[in-house]
Amino acid sequence: MKVEQISIFIENKSGRLAEVTGVLGDNGINIRALSLADTSDFGILRLIVDDSEKALKVLREQQFTVSITHVIGVAVPDSPGGLTTILQILDKSGVNVEYMYAFVERSGDNAVIIFRFDDIDEAITALANNGINILPSERITSI
Amino acid sequence: MDVPVKIWNREAECLPREELRQLQLKRLQQTLTLVANNVPCYQAKFKESGFQPGDLKTLKDLQHLPFTSKEDLRVNYPYGMFAVPMREVVRIHSSSGTTGKPTVVGYTKADINTWTELVARFMTAAGVTPEDIVHIAFGYGLFTGAFGLHYGSEAIGASVIPISGGNTEKQLMIMQDYRSSALVCTPSYGLTLADRIEKQGIDPRSLALRVGLFGAEPWSEQMRVELEQRLGILATDNYGLSEIMGPGVAGECLFKQGMHLAEDHFLAEIIDPDTGEVLPDGSVGELVITSLTKQAFPMIRYRTRDITRLNYAVCECGRTLARMEKTRGRTDDMLIIKGVNVFPTQIEEVLFQIEGCEPHYQLIVDRANNMDSLEVQVEVNENIFFDEMKQQRQFVVQAEKRLATVLGVSAKVKLVEPASITRHEGKAVRVIDRRQQ
Repeated sequence: MKVEQISIFIENKSGRLAEVTGVLGDNGINIRALSLADTSDFGILRLIVDDSEKALKVLREQQFTVSITHVIGVAVPDSPGGLTTILQILDKSGVNVEYMYAFVERSGDNAVIIFRFDDIDEAITALANNGINILPSERITSI
Repeated sequence: MDVPVKIWNREAECLPREELRQLQLKRLQQTLTLVANNVPCYQAKFKESGFQPGDLKTLKDLQHLPFTSKEDLRVNYPYGMFAVPMREVVRIHSSSGTTGKPTVVGYTKADINTWTELVARFMTAAGVTPEDIVHIAFGYGLFTGAFGLHYGSEAIGASVIPISGGNTEKQLMIMQDYRSSALVCTPSYGLTLADRIEKQGIDPRSLALRVGLFGAEPWSEQMRVELEQRLGILATDNYGLSEIMGPGVAGECLFKQGMHLAEDHFLAEIIDPDTGEVLPDGSVGELVITSLTKQAFPMIRYRTRDITRLNYAVCECGRTLARMEKTRGRTDDMLIIKGVNVFPTQIEEVLFQIEGCEPHYQLIVDRANNMDSLEVQVEVNENIFFDEMKQQRQFVVQAEKRLATVLGVSAKVKLVEPASITRHEGKAVRVIDRRQQ
């Protein structure tokens, strides 16, 4: 259920993002989802790719600073109020969302939200108990 | 100590202080006479001060003479300060000229012998023996480092690998295959080697390395700990500057409690760098050196720009020669930021104390709206990289707080990508001061 996410440190200077995506593209690695958090000096790029092990290896070879974290993906009906239900469940169970980002599935029926929690196991239990559809890892890495 | 103390020249290195002072006075008189007869620059200095070599009665009388500075060497470029005709000079070295012309120094055959002896002394003090294979990764050339250590090693009878600087891959291969046991390089290159050893998955214990003789740039105690742990060696410091001779002016013994200064060949004074006043024993200040035996290129009261302190207590190893503290930086390196004196080595120590932080840093000093700013660029690595922005920000804020506490002036910490700070196989460029441009 947990999805491997790759985080990459990038300096805020022109062309750096393209270098990361270039390295991945050259090695036949496909990006499934991404999000960028940034400050004026640097950014943290988070990626979900189809082959995270290989991505980690090739990025390290190119001297990028990388780390692996575990996140989960949840399918949310692409309709008003879809996200609120999920956030309320998490709130009740006392799990904190460190950050999240969303994209729409290819079929267009569902939005997929990637969550990073302070306590991922607790979050999974709470969501599962409340009938929320946590997407299997393969489903996300093969979107 | 489990290792027996070996002394290269027991008579000279353990000379009682009173006898040492008499020897210094005799040699100082000879040196003053030599320069008064042969070097126009010094003839002018004697005239200006009204002091003649014959007036020297005690070592203190030296204070009547003005200092010699790098500027004097520049004005007398290239051979104006030489005290012997060129036919007696057997070697020329030169120091890197960061601004303008380099400085040129010369050696007679006797000077080379003295230099060799003094390097053999500190290498022996650091534990190098004829059994050692000495890996010299200083660049061979005009720079004094490589040749100094080379001759000293040969005098001891150790096997020298004159690999020179650069090509870290090859350095490692040779280090492994030829079983190098003593490493000679700058401390920053020592860390570069440690990085590469780890990256290649080499177990440092599988190497024959056991001692490092690091010099040519100031480095902190924390850096020593890091070099010792990561390379599995004993890391020793040594000191020298080409204007005085090169390496061999001072070097640490196994007790690592300061570098024994070859006082039988050099007279050391500690002065206040601002007023030029000679400070009492034990004070921190700028080191000023007068050569006592050099023939080709004698130096009278040369301002080294290095900030240190001398300890005249007899060392546990038995040597009576004064011990010079690790240099705290150069007066040239000292940055005055918002009126506060800041040495790059202070910043290095703070960074070392932060868990996971590696010493790859650069300081950018700038001025905007008449206000100085200090930015410390630190290369990020996986130990100090956090996926969460909150933690990453917190890391930066904490580093900034620690720096402000130690330096007494605020500094901005900027994380940069690995290997983005320019690396030199030799000396590290630590400071970029944009205020002067």
